[in-house]
Amino acid sequence: MLRLKKSSSESLSAGASAGAANQLAAPHLGAASAAHNSRNQLWRQVRRKWSRLLMAVPGIVWLLIFSYIPMFGVIIAFKDFRFDKGILGSDWVGFDNFRFLFGTRDALRITFNTLFLNAVFIVTDTVAAIAVAILLYQVQRHFLSRFYQATLFFPYFISWVIVGIFVFALLSQGGVVNNLLVGVGLPKVQWYSSPQYWPGILTLAHLWKSVGFWSLVYFAGILAINPELYEAAAVDGANAWRRVLHITLPLLVPLMIINVLLSIGRIFYADFGLFFFVTRGEGLLLPTTDVIDTYVYRALTKSANIGMASAAGFYQAIVGFTLVLVTNWVVRRINPERSLF
Amino acid sequence: MLRAQKLTANRVKRNVGQFIIHVVLLSVGLMCVLPLLVILSASFSDELDIARYGYTLIPRNFTTFAYDYLLRVPIQIVRAYGVTTIVTFVGTGIGLLMMSLMAYVLSRPDTPFRKPLSFFVFFTMLFNGGLVPFYIWITQGLRLQDTLWVLILPYLFVPWFVLLLRTYFAGLPEEIFDSAKVDGAGEWRIFFQFVVPLSTPALATVGLFCILQYWNDWWLALLFINRQEMQPLQYMLHSIMTNSRAIMANPQTTGIPLPVNTVRMAMAVLATGPAALVFLLLQRYFIHGLTVGALK
Repeated sequence: MLRLKKSSSESLSAGASAGAANQLAAPHLGAASAAHNSRNQLWRQVRRKWSRLLMAVPGIVWLLIFSYIPMFGVIIAFKDFRFDKGILGSDWVGFDNFRFLFGTRDALRITFNTLFLNAVFIVTDTVAAIAVAILLYQVQRHFLSRFYQATLFFPYFISWVIVGIFVFALLSQGGVVNNLLVGVGLPKVQWYSSPQYWPGILTLAHLWKSVGFWSLVYFAGILAINPELYEAAAVDGANAWRRVLHITLPLLVPLMIINVLLSIGRIFYADFGLFFFVTRGEGLLLPTTDVIDTYVYRALTKSANIGMASAAGFYQAIVGFTLVLVTNWVVRRINPERSLF
Repeated sequence: MLRAQKLTANRVKRNVGQFIIHVVLLSVGLMCVLPLLVILSASFSDELDIARYGYTLIPRNFTTFAYDYLLRVPIQIVRAYGVTTIVTFVGTGIGLLMMSLMAYVLSRPDTPFRKPLSFFVFFTMLFNGGLVPFYIWITQGLRLQDTLWVLILPYLFVPWFVLLLRTYFAGLPEEIFDSAKVDGAGEWRIFFQFVVPLSTPALATVGLFCILQYWNDWWLALLFINRQEMQPLQYMLHSIMTNSRAIMANPQTTGIPLPVNTVRMAMAVLATGPAALVFLLLQRYFIHGLTVGALK
């Protein structure tokens, strides 16, 4: 989903400034006088463009305050944090917090749940979205097509709080699902105290919210396929099904691989709203629904266990960062346009 | 003769295929809006019906009691709407300006320090300190809890939106900048008089994403807002769902049986309904934005 069009913007660079930027990156490589000269040049540039650089200041200040300062706060994971002593004043405890965290069963549980559920989400979202996109393509000129797109996209605008409310209307004691069960002569199910059903329920909730988004992405991908291919196949007598099988799907594979890879890069981060509001934070459901993000939140706000929370957060940040780097490296080898850097 | 028969058979087959596709898409589309219909129906239902028969798609006895109840003393809703509206407009306004300024600086090839600046901005998409340092910094360092600012500031600057804007600005024709320079226009005039008017599609898309982000936010309130009068809409909904005392806090409840379920649902309708409709009307801009980002 993310891309950084580095190559194209670089090609726009005027020779002088590109040269200056390169030398900035490696000033020690040139001879001393050359470095001195280019530095002078750079400062002359800065003086000439100071009003433009001024435009970047609000953003820079914001990033410093809200991104970079908290980044250094990861050291809390190696401290026995106490509010009265502050971050810098608290005592160093080495890897104690991590020893505690990985000494519990929680670590394994939240890691497994995060990875497993996210993996299930990636597969179901992708398969369902491509299927819906292909169906949309078959009726793209029909007047109902826009209606379908609108209804599919609707859940994208709904917050997880609302999703939690209607899942409750569906699954509560007197909810729609239990009424249906009673209607066909089956006993009611206590959904909110039966953890075994929740991987399925969460998958459906996630699918509901995101299938519209992803199917529109793949729909746009299909529209980008050269229509002459379909015409040629039709002339050769291929029916609609064969055209899907031999043209649409193979040509969607690159887009699919990139999207799946980018999702895998984010697999260590869970969608907090889904896990928090849809489960209503039911303690009984934690065995199958507790993920790293909800664990950190609870440890921080409910049990005030800063040590555990920061250790789990650090663990997530480091593994997550590594995964992003690795998947981005793979994405860049496949399609440099879509890679982040 | 045979040939004609075969052709009609083909057409019939194709029509059957089309029909099945429409049935499938229609049911998937219905499933996407169905849960909201349940909420809508419940909000117009009788509290006793819900207690006895559960939630249904069509109200057994149509009543606007829950809405009357809520709107008789609508202070809680009005206040939450106020908070969310202020946060959304202030946040989107300042944020859009900040992000497009940064995007403009990064989009111009002759900006000094462009590469390190890009890295400085986009590195934050790859790595962040996580929840704990952020929470402690906001509450202990900046002391922003229980202020409107805590609902605005953390979402002001989204690197991903800067990326979208920068890509768009970089595609503007170079002649504009040349002629502006010949005219002796300064940076700020170039930005406001040329770049902004020429980039309305991109700015509209990013602006809508900002509005959606602020309007639907519960996260910052969940972390940093304790005072009831500072609750934004989504968080107020959450708190009345988990805590029926939040409804009972209404002063005029004495005597009447408390219509907890229907009032909750009516609240959900009032909180999402109008905004969801607006977003739906503007959805092509969102689609534009996400295809710009996700394709190629």
